[in-house]
Formats: sequence, structure tokens, C-alpha cells
Amino acid sequence: MSEPNAVGRARLVQGPGMLLVWLYGVMSVGAVSRSVYQIATEYDRAPLAYTLSAVAAVVYAFITYTLFRGGETARKAALVCCAAELVGVLTVGTWTMADPSAFPDATVWSDYGLGYLLIPVLLPVTGIVWLRRSRRTAQA
Amino acid sequence: MLDALTVAVAVAALALAAWCGFAFTRDQPTKDWHFIGMAVVTVLALAQLVTGIVQLARGEEAGEGTAIFVAYLLGALFTVPVAGFMSLTERSRWGSATVAAGAVVLAVLEVRLWDIWGGVDV
Repeated sequence: MSEPNAVGRARLVQGPGMLLVWLYGVMSVGAVSRSVYQIATEYDRAPLAYTLSAVAAVVYAFITYTLFRGGETARKAALVCCAAELVGVLTVGTWTMADPSAFPDATVWSDYGLGYLLIPVLLPVTGIVWLRRSRRTAQA
Repeated sequence: MLDALTVAVAVAALALAAWCGFAFTRDQPTKDWHFIGMAVVTVLALAQLVTGIVQLARGEEAGEGTAIFVAYLLGALFTVPVAGFMSLTERSRWGSATVAAGAVVLAVLEVRLWDIWGGVDV
């Protein structure tokens, strides 16, 4: 599980990691294009929601990049971001349910990501499990 | 025409998802037949993109705006091919799972495309 790639870093994109990076890639494209469009065309309508979507987009794009890059530093950075992502989904999800009036339009993380088949809340959990397992197999 | 294609792409995508999901449960990587299936789905998505652009050129308008409509059409076209290339580098059951996930994503995109076009006239 820890064969180094061409530049000598342990690969993270293999086996289940391939599925994971694909889903992160899809979420990155979705969240980036959505927030760019909304901020460019109708930012005043729901500034908070669109800003939070942009934050989510940056997090997804960064995790996708670190997974592709591989290596121990990237693995740790991705682990931190997955934790941040999970906290973000839970916070924003609870926030949108507790105070819907603050959100005239939905964010990527509204209602725990229900609009995205709950993938936003499942992805960080899967990511953390995978990244922790990658370290164990790398040490073994 | 566009609505018919949207339904066709969605159904084909779900069939592809089931097929590759089956390969995943059988512990198999994607094989030649799977790639033919992906090609069929991709050709349908390409036909949908062309049809969509032709309808826009003829002066019809998408309910939620042209930019979103074209962006989703392009996303629908590239989803399955990208997943297919990823499965070429991952020659295990997880390559099949990636294509299955990509096909599900495409089916979801088709549902959104249906809403974005706002169409009922088949």
C-alpha cells in the first residue's frame, strides 16, 4: 500500500483512495463553479451563504490536490482539512436548520449537504478513515 | 428532443452504474465491455450537448439561464470519460467503483439539467 511514486512520495490515490479523490474532485468542480457563478452574478442576495460555499470550494480543491500529490506531509494536511471540513459541514448544517432566515439561498453545506445526497457529511468521515489507514499500512 | 435525450442519458447512466457496481461486487476491474458502455453513455451526452446548443441557437431559452445550462451540459459530457480514465490507472475493483460513482453523478446532473431547462415538451 505504500509504494512510492515517481517523485518518491507514498501514493494516496490507490484502491479506495481512487474513489475518494474522484468524489472530492467532483465536489471541488461543483462547489467552485457554483460559488464563482453565484458570487459573480448575485452576491448581494445571500452574501453569507455564497461566502460559505466559496470556503467549502477551497477546502475541497485543497484536499483533492493533497490526495493527488501524496506523501506524508500531504497526508497530514489532508487529514487536518478533512477534520475542518467535517466541523464545517456540521456547523453550517446545524446553523441552516437553527436559523434559516440567515440563509436566503442554500450553501453547499446546507442541511448537512442534503442537496448533494449527503455526500458532504459522508466524505470527510470516509476521508479520515482512509488517511489514517494509509499511515498504518505505510508504517507496516 | 432535448427532454427525451435527458431521460435517455439518465437511464443509460444508471444502467452503467449498476453494471460497474456489479463488477465491483465481483471484485473485478473495468473491462473492454465496460468501456464500450461508457462510450455509449458519452456519445448520448455529446448528442445532448449538441442538441442543447442548437436549441439555444434557435432562440429557445433555458429556464435558469444559459450559462448554468451550458456548464451542466459540459459537466455531463466529461463526467464518465474522466472516471473511465481514472479506472484505467486503478486496475482493481475500486476502478469499477469510481466509474459507478461517476455514472451516478451523471444521473444526478441529468435531473438538474431537466430542472434547469424547465422542459416538458418532449
